[in-house]
Amino acid sequence: MHVLHGSIQRIPVMPPVAPIAVPETTEADIEALFLIRGFERLLLDLFSRGVLNGTTHTCLGQEYIPVALSPLFEAPDFIFSNHRGHGHYLARFGDVEGLLLEIMGRAGGVCNGVGGSQHLFRDGFLSTGVLGESVPAAAGMAWSLKRRGGRGIAVAYTGDGGWGEGSVYETLNMASLWGLPLLMVVENNAMAQSSHAERYRAGTIQDRAHAFGIRTLQITGCDLAEIRNLAGPEIAAMRERPRPLVIEFATQRLGPHSKGDDPRSPELVAELWRRDWEAPLRQRHPALCERVTARVSERLEALRATALQQPLSEWTDAS
Amino acid sequence: MQAERIVENLNRAHHELFSRDPAVCLIGEDLLDPYGGAFKVSRDLSTRFPERVLSAPISECAFTGMACGMALAGEKPIVEIMFGDFIGYAFDPLWNLAAKSVSMYGRRVPIHLLVRCTVGGNRGFGATHSQSPQKHFLGIPDLDLFEVNPFHDNVELLAELIERGNPVLLFENKTLYSRHCVREGALDDLFSWRFIGPRREFAKICIEESESPDAVIVASGSVVFSALEAARRAFLDHELETVILTPAQLHPFPLAPILDDLARAKRILVIEEGIAGGSWAESVATAIYSRLWGRLENPVICLHSKSSIIPCARHLEERVLLQSGHVFEALIGESIRA
Ligand SMILES: Cc1ncc(C[n+]2csc(CCOP(=O)(O)OP(=O)(O)O)c2C)c(N)n1
Ligand SMILES: [Mg+2]
Repeated sequence: MHVLHGSIQRIPVMPPVAPIAVPETTEADIEALFLIRGFERLLLDLFSRGVLNGTTHTCLGQEYIPVALSPLFEAPDFIFSNHRGHGHYLARFGDVEGLLLEIMGRAGGVCNGVGGSQHLFRDGFLSTGVLGESVPAAAGMAWSLKRRGGRGIAVAYTGDGGWGEGSVYETLNMASLWGLPLLMVVENNAMAQSSHAERYRAGTIQDRAHAFGIRTLQITGCDLAEIRNLAGPEIAAMRERPRPLVIEFATQRLGPHSKGDDPRSPELVAELWRRDWEAPLRQRHPALCERVTARVSERLEALRATALQQPLSEWTDAS
Repeated sequence: MQAERIVENLNRAHHELFSRDPAVCLIGEDLLDPYGGAFKVSRDLSTRFPERVLSAPISECAFTGMACGMALAGEKPIVEIMFGDFIGYAFDPLWNLAAKSVSMYGRRVPIHLLVRCTVGGNRGFGATHSQSPQKHFLGIPDLDLFEVNPFHDNVELLAELIERGNPVLLFENKTLYSRHCVREGALDDLFSWRFIGPRREFAKICIEESESPDAVIVASGSVVFSALEAARRAFLDHELETVILTPAQLHPFPLAPILDDLARAKRILVIEEGIAGGSWAESVATAIYSRLWGRLENPVICLHSKSSIIPCARHLEERVLLQSGHVFEALIGESIRA
């Protein structure tokens, strides 16, 4: 893990395993990790049973990123999420019920079933399904937060593939030029749908940010406390003196792009799983993990049972 | 004393909005004084409200996207697109973010966003600086389309549009900027005009009120002047009575206030500077057919510019863009055939 500015370093395609240390991270953190993972597994299961429609993108393997960052965000901050956004949402609100009902089109969904997995909006949180679209919007939000004089920042979660869009660079230019408190969190899993980064990206994300005079922070592990130690001061600094910041996580997508579409070899995916945070965490803290996962699965199983009983959502707007 | 020019009226509309409401801000290219925008609509704004005028880099996509984020933050951004021909770069944030945000989250989310864009030809600017892109934005749910004309006061119009809660695209034909606004009443030696509709949706221009005029022309923006010239000639040469109806709101089109006028006309023309094929005029004609079928004496005539790129040289441009001669011929040709 390094804080770099202006240097050339290719981050590894896959992160090394960095077991999550307790007690630096709390039981609530561990619970958030398992809640997000459990939620994504529940979704894939419901899909395979034909209960869900459309598509969904799970964040299996990347759960620790929003869990690590979440306590660094404050009430006025506004988070822009993307297509792979369940973890971002759950890390902020813990609301598995609202999210599942939303995806199932049932009463009680966050957006009445209209938005679905990729279009969520509530209390300082908005997700978009068009790559590159949220980044300028986040800059506009950052402009407003800055002008209203608080300490708030706008956060835009993006993948590495999303950095193919020109809107990102137009925005980096303006964010740097105008000193906007815009935090870009890049979840670089080196994959964009079916394409590996080597096939679609020249150069590095950090070099692109540096070209606009924007600070970058690169994080290659998944230890929550360590991530917070690195990101915390950087985020605090951008609150004091508004300016953009890019935090790039070298991470891994363990699941398919959406439901069943993964052209990667089973060997490669197995190798990714060996580098995942869950096994080492369970090994190190068996009792704690046992306790937490029991609680989480009880909650999710109860949700599974009640969600199917919920009436279909109402939408009064279609006039 | 003549009324102010339309560009001055638009400029004053901005100044009044800015001084009344601290949430109003402006983003676009080359807005700073002394330049004050390519067409001078933003003159003196950056001097009076420096922190609310963002003279942006040449990044239509991102500064329009930024305005969406500002609107989501509760600001009331105005975006200036220097030439409407460049709005293609801003299509995604308007179509997929601004318009959809109003209803996509399962409840109404008001979006106070006004995108102003300069359109139209007859100025010799050539193929990529003269187009009328209105039709490309037609029929997008919760994206409302308006167009500046000489009748509707822009001070009132802009105040209404920024409060609408739906994102709005306001088209400004560049030949209108230097023209004067006209107050209700006499327009010239022949024609006079008044507002009609409960919300003054239309300007109605005619020589005198008539039970059954020979023609009604529905025309917005600058083609009002082509309609007017044609109507004058049709009256002087052929004693044809023509009524011109001019809306500020293009879409959704407010048909109700003019249904009576349309029903009484011997023929109806809907004219625009844009080109045919999913056009505004065609959508208005369709709406008219579906409400007045069986009561129409003649088919609705849609007049457009030629389906062509717009050449630079003025004499060639004239061959392509809708001119008053075309409107006149349609009025007369029909009357001869009738
Ligand atoms: C403008 C646009 N083009 C294409 C897509 C389809 N699409 C959805 S996700 C995705 C890949 C995104 O890759 P990345 O940004 O790295 O995020 P990841 O899925 O790896 O988290 C693509 C191509 C889209 N949603 N938006
Ligand atoms: Mg990716």
